[in-house]
Amino acid sequence: MSGPILEIRNLTVGLPKGGDRANAVENVSFHVNPGEIVCVVGESGSGKSVTAHSVMGLLPKGQLKATGGEILLEGENVLTATPSRLRALRGTRMSMIFQEPMTALNPVVTCGAQIDEVLQIHTDLGAAERKEKVLAVMNSVSLPDPEKMFDAYPHQLSGGQRQRIMIAQALVLDPALLIADEPTTALDVTTQAQILKLVSEMQERRGTGVLFITHDFGVVAEIAHRVVVMQKGHVVEAGTANEVLKNPQHPYTKMLINAVPPLTPAVRDEKTGPVALETVKLCKVYGGGGFFQKKREVRAASDVDIRVRRGETLGIVGESGSGKSTVARCIARLIEPSSGGIVVDNMDIARLSERQLRPHRKHCQIVFQDPYRSLNPRRSVGASIVEGPMNFGVSADAAHAKARDLMKLVGLSPDALDRYPHQFSGGQRQRICIARALAMEPEILIADEAVSALDVSVQAQVLDLLDDVRKKFDLAVLFITHDLRVAAQICDRIAVMQNGVVVEHGKTVDVFTNPQHAYTRSLFEAAPGRNFEFARVA
Amino acid sequence: MLSYILRRLAATVPVLFTVAVMVFLMLRLTPGDPAAIIAGDNATSQQILDIRTKLGLEQPVLQQFFIWLGSILRGDLGESFFFRKTVWELISERIEPTLSLAVLTIVLAVIIAIPLGVVAAYRQGTWVDRLVMGFSVIGFSVPVFVVGYLLVYIFAVKLGWFPVQGYQRISGGLGPWFRSLVLPAFTLSVIYVALIARMTRTSVLEVLSEDYIRTARAKGQTEVKVLFQHALKNAAVPIVTVVGIGIALLIGGVVVTESVYSIPGLGRLTVDAVLARDFPVIQAIILSFSFVYVLINLLVDLSYTIFDPRIRY
Repeated sequence: MSGPILEIRNLTVGLPKGGDRANAVENVSFHVNPGEIVCVVGESGSGKSVTAHSVMGLLPKGQLKATGGEILLEGENVLTATPSRLRALRGTRMSMIFQEPMTALNPVVTCGAQIDEVLQIHTDLGAAERKEKVLAVMNSVSLPDPEKMFDAYPHQLSGGQRQRIMIAQALVLDPALLIADEPTTALDVTTQAQILKLVSEMQERRGTGVLFITHDFGVVAEIAHRVVVMQKGHVVEAGTANEVLKNPQHPYTKMLINAVPPLTPAVRDEKTGPVALETVKLCKVYGGGGFFQKKREVRAASDVDIRVRRGETLGIVGESGSGKSTVARCIARLIEPSSGGIVVDNMDIARLSERQLRPHRKHCQIVFQDPYRSLNPRRSVGASIVEGPMNFGVSADAAHAKARDLMKLVGLSPDALDRYPHQFSGGQRQRICIARALAMEPEILIADEAVSALDVSVQAQVLDLLDDVRKKFDLAVLFITHDLRVAAQICDRIAVMQNGVVVEHGKTVDVFTNPQHAYTRSLFEAAPGRNFEFARVA
Repeated sequence: MLSYILRRLAATVPVLFTVAVMVFLMLRLTPGDPAAIIAGDNATSQQILDIRTKLGLEQPVLQQFFIWLGSILRGDLGESFFFRKTVWELISERIEPTLSLAVLTIVLAVIIAIPLGVVAAYRQGTWVDRLVMGFSVIGFSVPVFVVGYLLVYIFAVKLGWFPVQGYQRISGGLGPWFRSLVLPAFTLSVIYVALIARMTRTSVLEVLSEDYIRTARAKGQTEVKVLFQHALKNAAVPIVTVVGIGIALLIGGVVVTESVYSIPGLGRLTVDAVLARDFPVIQAIILSFSFVYVLINLLVDLSYTIFDPRIRY
């Protein structure tokens, strides 16, 4: 086969009436050659996933439909293929892996059976042959102990292992085309690095063409041969990875690349304000078992000692399960610490009862990760913002006046207070969450992965806003993140957590330039695109 | 797992004890004297007194309670005041019709309701969906006795396909047994079909938007298998819960149905016993019903582990 494996010509997918534009994607053309990784990059709403789903014929029925162009898979137009022909192609000539390995696998079917299903659908092999083939493919994606994994359920595996199962399932019949839709976005950096390595290895060994959807330029720099940049349903730029990353032509590409925070820490002044928050040997143990149950303890945080001064940002970085969110939640007393102290205003609040705690709630506010779920969808944003201060005795008029000021402060119109959360974009909602937190006039602001769900361009703006309000209100900020690039830009000091323990703690510059702990070093090594100097263009 | 089952079984003891106390006290507090009913309208007060002494109703209530409790613990349910048989004999005679009716009803309901619910979910918003949901509303709202007499009128009186009433024992052959139960089972199942179909639709609808359904389609799986292999098993837990609740409620439902169709089951026995103030029979039936409730709950909880491997006890 000499021509491209996949050729998309002038693809147009219509949006239902009432959408924000007429077409989800419009006149999109690009191709994937055998043995090539093509990255489609763009922010949310750019149409990159719609393009990928069109190829598989998996667009949501009745909502989206390809209205023009053609998609040629090895010369065959899949847009005009019958449903049964399309089913025959899926899994054999083209297959797909998804963003969330947690939800993309059926939770009530064993992993082996889910890979086996592909063989059952498309081949006439006997049970023994199938099992052999499944174990072989599980072996090839480096799953430890395939025999045991075969009978394991998805929830018994780690996120990385689940994604390996997905990849095994996609590659078991050697398809010509693999579509990967943000396959590493939900994974930790170290796992992400392994999965990216696996994808390029498999692709090289089998000569598969890969269509890789991502929003992360670090990932693009890591694996792409060619890059297609999409914005609002159009391809705005395409070229080899080197061309696009080093010499971007389109203003949108330039903006996206500029928005990738560099891994080198920003220069920041030493903060000398009074200590606003200190934890002393803070521990949180989960489980413990009941009367008849087996004792099963998980030490989510053990002996955590951190200190944040007024006007300072302390970053807690670590992978999922490292205990960084547990620490944040203990400090806000959303969960009960098991032992240790939390000193705020010279008072240990770790043991206060709910009633004694109430005055303290005002001092410490949190901005959560997912702005889509942390605002009550049935209340106007104004009501969400004034609720806290009014609980503490501020009059309705004063609280509303304050809310209008805060909306201006976070860059939104005060007139938008009557609107509901769904009328705002993700970035705007996160601004509202910040306004809501500030309405309480806190001394401590906890940002728990507050920018992780946002597109890079929006991320940069929200980070700027957070730094602005820190200066303006002299806040002590606890910034929880898994993203080293983000941490480098906003944190004065960094605490690295692993398995509930702070393994390294120091000034951001020191941690980044001279990491002491092996785990910290492994985090840096796994950061995608670390060896790539992105073009800095105006 | 085993220790969980044992703990759950041990937990039935206090439940049953509470039920025993309540039933016993309530019967003693309601008006109506079993001795007077047994003695008949023309009995003298001396005769009634004699019967009362014979039945042990002259003793203080607390003493009666502990005598009864003691005999239950020995496995002796006592003797009926009225039927001149032991309660044990009475219940074992009557259990077959009731069990047959209950099992047939639930099997019928599940067989009809689950495919209806799945299809309604798959064709959400179309006429199929509206038809199923419309039927479900009717099933909820029409009382059991209306459905019962309507079916009798059409299929027994007019068409003559099934007997109007009565019950044929299973020992007399499967055919007659089945024929005698079709109408009552169908009558009883209507409301459960409505309930289970509705639950199945909701539950499957939720599952159909999950990522792993998209994965199954991406593998090239057919729609039928996507629905019945991937979606249904994931949707099973709420459905099984409703079926379990259905079985429990059914025990109450058979009382009416058995009366409409004159089936000599436990439901009828309960009605007769209540009318005759037959204390030992009422107590034993209520106690065994509550034991069955608890047991069904346990079975439902255990069945979760079959459908969802993430649930472990």
